[in-house]
Amino acid sequence: MIPAKFDYVRPSSVGDAVSALAGGGEDAKVIAGGQSLLPLLRLRLAYPELLVDIGGLDELCGVTDDGDHLLIGARTTHYQLVHDPLITEHCGLLAQAAGTVADPAVRHRGTLGGSIAHADPAGDLPAVVLALDATMIATGPAGGREIPAGEFFVDYLTTALAPGEILTGIRVPKLGADWGYRYEKFHRTAQAWAIVGVAALVRRSDGHVAEARVGLTNMGSVPIRAAAVETAAAGAQASPEALREAAAGADEGTQPPADLHGAPDYRRHLARVLTGRALEAAAGV
Amino acid sequence: MTATVDAPTAELGKARLRKEDAKLLTGQTNWTDNIKLTGMLHLAFLRSPYAHAKITRVDVSGALGQPGVIAAFSGADFAAEQGSLPCAWPVTPDIVIPPHPPMAVDEVRYVGEAVAVVVARDRYAAADALASIDVDYEPLPPVLDIRTALDPGSPKVHEAGNKSYEWVFANGDVDAAFSDAPVVLERTYRQQRLIPCAMEPRAVVAQWVGDEVTLWSATQIPHVLRFALSAFFGIPEQNVRVIAPDVGGGFGSKLQVTAEEVLAVLIGRKIGKPVKWAETRTEGNLTVHHGRDQWQQIKIAAEADGRIRGLSVDLLADMGAYLMLVTPGVPLLGAFMFPAIYKMDAYSFKCTGVFSTKMPTDAYRGAGRPEATFAIERIMDELAAELGIEPLELRERNWIKHEEFPYTTICGLTYDSGNYEAATAKARELFDYDGLRAEQRLRNERGDKVRLGIGISTFTEMCGLAPSRVLGSLSYGAGGWEHAAIRMLPTGKVEVVTGSSAHGQGHETAWSQIVADQLGVPFEDIRVLHGDTQVSPKGMDTYGSRSLAVGGLALVSACDKVVAKAKIIAAAMLEASADDLEFSAGRFSVRGDPEASKTIQEVALATFAAHALPEGVEPSLDSDATYDPDNFSFPHGTHLCATEVDTETGFVHIRSYVAVDDVGVVVNPLIVEGQVHGGIAQGIAQALYEEGVYDEAGNLVTTTLADYLVPSAADLPSYRTERTTTPASNRLGVKGVGEAGTIASTPAVVNAIVDALRPLGVQDVTMPCTPERVWRAIQAAHGQPAQGQPAQGSEQSGGMA
Repeated sequence: MIPAKFDYVRPSSVGDAVSALAGGGEDAKVIAGGQSLLPLLRLRLAYPELLVDIGGLDELCGVTDDGDHLLIGARTTHYQLVHDPLITEHCGLLAQAAGTVADPAVRHRGTLGGSIAHADPAGDLPAVVLALDATMIATGPAGGREIPAGEFFVDYLTTALAPGEILTGIRVPKLGADWGYRYEKFHRTAQAWAIVGVAALVRRSDGHVAEARVGLTNMGSVPIRAAAVETAAAGAQASPEALREAAAGADEGTQPPADLHGAPDYRRHLARVLTGRALEAAAGV
Repeated sequence: MTATVDAPTAELGKARLRKEDAKLLTGQTNWTDNIKLTGMLHLAFLRSPYAHAKITRVDVSGALGQPGVIAAFSGADFAAEQGSLPCAWPVTPDIVIPPHPPMAVDEVRYVGEAVAVVVARDRYAAADALASIDVDYEPLPPVLDIRTALDPGSPKVHEAGNKSYEWVFANGDVDAAFSDAPVVLERTYRQQRLIPCAMEPRAVVAQWVGDEVTLWSATQIPHVLRFALSAFFGIPEQNVRVIAPDVGGGFGSKLQVTAEEVLAVLIGRKIGKPVKWAETRTEGNLTVHHGRDQWQQIKIAAEADGRIRGLSVDLLADMGAYLMLVTPGVPLLGAFMFPAIYKMDAYSFKCTGVFSTKMPTDAYRGAGRPEATFAIERIMDELAAELGIEPLELRERNWIKHEEFPYTTICGLTYDSGNYEAATAKARELFDYDGLRAEQRLRNERGDKVRLGIGISTFTEMCGLAPSRVLGSLSYGAGGWEHAAIRMLPTGKVEVVTGSSAHGQGHETAWSQIVADQLGVPFEDIRVLHGDTQVSPKGMDTYGSRSLAVGGLALVSACDKVVAKAKIIAAAMLEASADDLEFSAGRFSVRGDPEASKTIQEVALATFAAHALPEGVEPSLDSDATYDPDNFSFPHGTHLCATEVDTETGFVHIRSYVAVDDVGVVVNPLIVEGQVHGGIAQGIAQALYEEGVYDEAGNLVTTTLADYLVPSAADLPSYRTERTTTPASNRLGVKGVGEAGTIASTPAVVNAIVDALRPLGVQDVTMPCTPERVWRAIQAAHGQPAQGQPAQGSEQSGGMA
């Protein structure tokens, strides 16, 4: 719980932050809410030489209506996601999932951008932005670029962000009123990480599922879309039986980890059960 | 000065807000880690990464050149002075107590054992420099499973072998009880290893001035620690002062003489500067002594009507790598509790203490009694299922009836008081036992995916440690008395000194309430002093739910002495005979002449002035008293738990929890409620969440609170708690309460889980009952008949004769 030495800067603009980060090279890390990075520092599992604190960059906070999208600043906290009316109206899944993150203290400090850039497959929000087909906005020395969520999560704690790039915003398509959603999180204690989490979105039409999107938390080294479920659910009847059947393929193509809280076969089983439950809730049946 | 004080109303039983809390809630607490002394240096320990290895070389020279580093030492540097950490409880004459150097010299025997230390100007520099120390290890095979550790081919933890002791107890004709019994059940239960997680981690500050040392430590036992530093490490007792400042919880984990305390004292002496060490949570998980870790084989013989004939218990207890302060005695505190509230003809108990290459185990909330209570309450449910008798009915057929108290159990303990009927009746009603049973039947008939289970725990325990003669008969190294002192100040205020060193219990409040009633002074006028051997030189400290049941009675005795002396002085002031005075609500008055009276405050001032004291009376109104109990304290109660078990995922949700405790007369209901709530939470934690896990190489896996899951309020139900009051046979009528909730709740929860799943063929779930384990238990039972199946091959014989 005693971190090694590091240098610390707190820039006052995104440009300065990018310069500082680029100047620090591979040994520099961005810190926002600190809810993931600080524990790693204190356990001496990470030894960055420079921390670039973006905590002073207020332009990275908050949610704006951008037509058919919402633009969410990377520093927007979980607490703000839970309580923001635009989020609640247009992508309630994100608010619901953010409300399950750890405890109130963490939700007040931790940020959406931090959670996504940290890319912990056990984190709740990566699977959610994946299911939402969100787009990550990165700012680097060469300017800005957009990365689709499907290409953003590369490996365990590894993203498509280049050295010197900062995740500054997340663009989320607005979902119409015909979409239902559910984040089904399974964990042993309220503060614990998900053993498995399922983020489900369902668009209903005439008693059927017109479209389903399912993101899985902690079923591999990155958040995963349950493609087999999405295919099976599309066009299926919006009934518990049909949705449970569609959920039977939830663990296809996954490589769940083994740890104290669950062996891979148990996680596969949970993914199937929870996906069924999440689809039912999202479909309102 | 004329003292006019309104006669106070009785304090006993009042839900006083705690005197301690304003300070705690506003951040004015004096934790050991808050102490800053001029010139103070910081310690960081290098710890073994091996479960078992020879140390072939330690080179600390690399650390010496690092920034801020003042000194660095290895175990060899302390070889001449560090001696061995004490074990105060040699339970048998032939017990093996291996040497336990505070810092390893030749060999390490668990991951986390200290092998070197850096002394630096700040804790960051100290932590950084650890990487510059070179240690060469020759790995040795670890010993990780005590069930095979006694096999002839097993690697050895110590040269003398892996067995520390075997302790036996028997009463009645056990063979006869079992030989032709209509029903015999045998089960094996696992008490997993637990890691105490006090809110405040351990911390130590040691300061030498000349030949005197002051040790501040986050300890439960300043008095025992002072004695140990002197008796075992050669520092003259009069030169040792131990201070336990505000201490943030212990649960037994701070009932210890630790390596870090001893080393801080030795290092402080070596370098002539004050030194501090404060553990990180990871360091704590590795090296605070662990709790439980037993394999329990329990066998019960009964008549067809459920009456118990006999009980036989065979324990394997994991000592860990060394015997610490009371390591070997912990299972023995449970030895007398397996028969619990039940009558039987015969009982036998055997415990084998076994070494492993893990952190030593020692006292943890309940210490021995939770293990015993778990095993008996679990097998009572199994017996009920086997015989088809309602489990509460089975218990009632066997328990000691109210009119039978005092009752001497098969273990030879005399339970002074109890009313199991009253507590159970109350719990049953609050819980809506019959309603829940009806719902359970309905859900079972429907084949619901979420099943309902009802768990019962009708428990008692022995606490209020302890009659000194009993401790002596069990070979414990000290007594079980407690000390108290009263100092009436000239202005009529009162200082109370207690040897019972509080670390979160609320002594300052409860002791004030007791003294307020005894002396008739206002609650606010009393200040309670504790936790510093210079302020409170005598005491046996706080553990084993002993503070009130032992220390509280010392307090009453000290108050008696003050009143007796004050009466003599009041008599002189009133020109009456002491025999004619009565004392009530703080006032001495002449019988038949209520106008002629003096308050105890007036007496205190007159005693201070000493102008007209009677012949031979000294000018002070103080007293000292020591109380040695003649029996243990036996709180009891009935806890009922309803769980909803999701058979698809294995998740257990506690739907309702009712606790009816009988802790005798209650001094402060708020404090009792707090103890019960916290206790239940800690017991539920064992049932569902917590387990210290070592991997196959002997590395602790649960080094953080992300892996070692401690439940929070968000995970726990809203308990319904009530009390029955059956006064204990001491002057206050009080019993201990600190451990009762923990002892009661673990079996209530596990019984509820098994009760929910018994229709699916499940007969046991190993603790902690994680969702994965519950799910696997259901999978394993799948397809098997629902009734009468042995649990994992542990049943020896069963069924009706």
